[in-house]
Amino acid sequence: MLKLVTCIKQVPMVSELPWDAKTGTLKRELAEGMMNPACKHALEAALLLKNRHGAHITAISMGPPMAEEVLREAVAMGADRGILLSDYPMAGADTLSTSYTLARAIEKECPDFDLILSGCYTNDSETAQVGPQLLEELNIPGATFVDQFEIKGNTIRMNRTVDEYLEILEMDLPGLITVSTHQYNPRYASLSGVEDAFNRADITRLGIDDLGIEPEMTGIKGSATRILDVYSPTTEKKNDVITGSPKQIVEELFAKYDDKIGSAIGKDLKDYE
Amino acid sequence: MMIKSEAPSEKTSKTMNKSKKKKSRQIWVFGDYRNYFQNRVTLQLLSKAAELAQKIGGEVCAVVFGNDIEEYIWEYTCHGAEKVYALEHDRLSDYPIETYVNLMEIFVRQYQPEILLVGATSFGREFTPRLAKRLKTGLSADCIGLDINDEELLVQTAPSFGGNLLAKIVTPKARPQMATVRPGIFQEIPHDNDRTSTVIQLKMPENLPRERVKMISSSKSPSRTQKIEEANVVVCGGRGMGSKTKFKKIFELARLLTGEVGATRPVVYSSWAGHETLVGQAGKNINPKVLFSFGISGAIQHTAAITNADFIIAVNKNPNAMMMKLADVAVVADANQICTALIKELRNRIRA
Repeated sequence: MLKLVTCIKQVPMVSELPWDAKTGTLKRELAEGMMNPACKHALEAALLLKNRHGAHITAISMGPPMAEEVLREAVAMGADRGILLSDYPMAGADTLSTSYTLARAIEKECPDFDLILSGCYTNDSETAQVGPQLLEELNIPGATFVDQFEIKGNTIRMNRTVDEYLEILEMDLPGLITVSTHQYNPRYASLSGVEDAFNRADITRLGIDDLGIEPEMTGIKGSATRILDVYSPTTEKKNDVITGSPKQIVEELFAKYDDKIGSAIGKDLKDYE
Repeated sequence: MMIKSEAPSEKTSKTMNKSKKKKSRQIWVFGDYRNYFQNRVTLQLLSKAAELAQKIGGEVCAVVFGNDIEEYIWEYTCHGAEKVYALEHDRLSDYPIETYVNLMEIFVRQYQPEILLVGATSFGREFTPRLAKRLKTGLSADCIGLDINDEELLVQTAPSFGGNLLAKIVTPKARPQMATVRPGIFQEIPHDNDRTSTVIQLKMPENLPRERVKMISSSKSPSRTQKIEEANVVVCGGRGMGSKTKFKKIFELARLLTGEVGATRPVVYSSWAGHETLVGQAGKNINPKVLFSFGISGAIQHTAAITNADFIIAVNKNPNAMMMKLADVAVVADANQICTALIKELRNRIRA
């Protein structure tokens, strides 16, 4: 039976972010968490493999204790177990130390994995770096932004689009792929699945002592980057504000800007009637 | 252009090692040249590198691997590279990522550049994090700004938290300081045939590991008649259009304006429009003469990709939306209603 690992991250629900109107900053601590959408596509790809070939799926996440929610959601969708890496020294990790920590946990908890599937990027930091760095840390072959794949025996064949090239790739397992959001639209967790996940889910929580790693290797200490400042972008320019009924607005738009629009499309848009 | 060639003899590499105590001041730009926009982003990075080099007293270097790369060496020289590290080998003809990572790791360790910049193409987005991991150094993705601070560190401005925030990031100790930048963020310096560079011909290292990922096939994906990157008019729609059915009007308006349709990520995620329409992070950067923006709030992932638009007409119910502040004309109204009214009026005015 295939042994699969999916990496999942909890991210803030960006569309509902609470803003501090006075300072114009994001109140991150109040943001509600959700499973990163791209991670869901990776999990869906793993679930399809499970349906087709039979597979054991370990969902793994690193984050604060509340990140356990997304592991329960993963179990509700069909993953077999969840592993949460949560410990104070792990906080503030950049992708270098995140991939280090994830690799040690995978080596310890699922050393005989066949395939690791991760999302292609996260909605919060959007680096798309953890997947490719994890494959390097584990020294296994891999490919990013995979649109579709098929496993035959010990090899995986993958399709992806890279900078306007359609590529078909093949590699031996074990390996790692990051799954694009083009295919594998995620399923919803069934109601009974959600109930089960919250009552009986097999979730293991591990800290640095469980993984046998030094605090210097993880979290902010294991990171090569430092964040100097985080701020809200404000770019304003003086612009022409138009209001009114749709009819009035369109009339005003053409009265003022018919030349501008017309010259861009090489057509005369003047109203001669 | 004059190209001086320098072979990396034992002697030169020894001098390199000796001078290691002094901090290396090279700024490397990875030559990503596979197709037009990859080559352009390399040229844009060379221009930025020249600016940064002035501040740290550094040298602008391009690094290019491949088979038959003469024209790129020339191109990079004409766009500001003072030194070009070049490795020509038939093993490199199909752009193998793992092999490129292996090679780059070796040459970075040998020459120890201070800064390494790579275009955030699909290739760059896999290649660069893998390389940074090997070198155990920091990397920030999709930077929209690069500068040097008082401590002579590279300050990388990268979008985070759904584009609602920008982070200024540095790599204080590890080297090189690495960043990826999307095409279209920086302006290239004009082509100048009179520029010269020193070309260092690199040798294919012996016992380079074999590529573990086998390329079965690679073909140029069928290109459409007009590319959104090159369209004079782009009509972008966001979630503010209301529904998939209403979003179809964006396509009709674009057709009337002989333009292209662009979409935001929520729209693409909801399958109101295909992934090829995505404008912004992980999608396309556009350069239209006129950009129509309907029901888009303006997260930085989207707005960073439209900075080259000459003239922006934005429609949004919320006059304070970021997109409205960026626009030349801000129409405060329901996006769907204005889209409908514009279609009607255009049908009257375009008679032919």
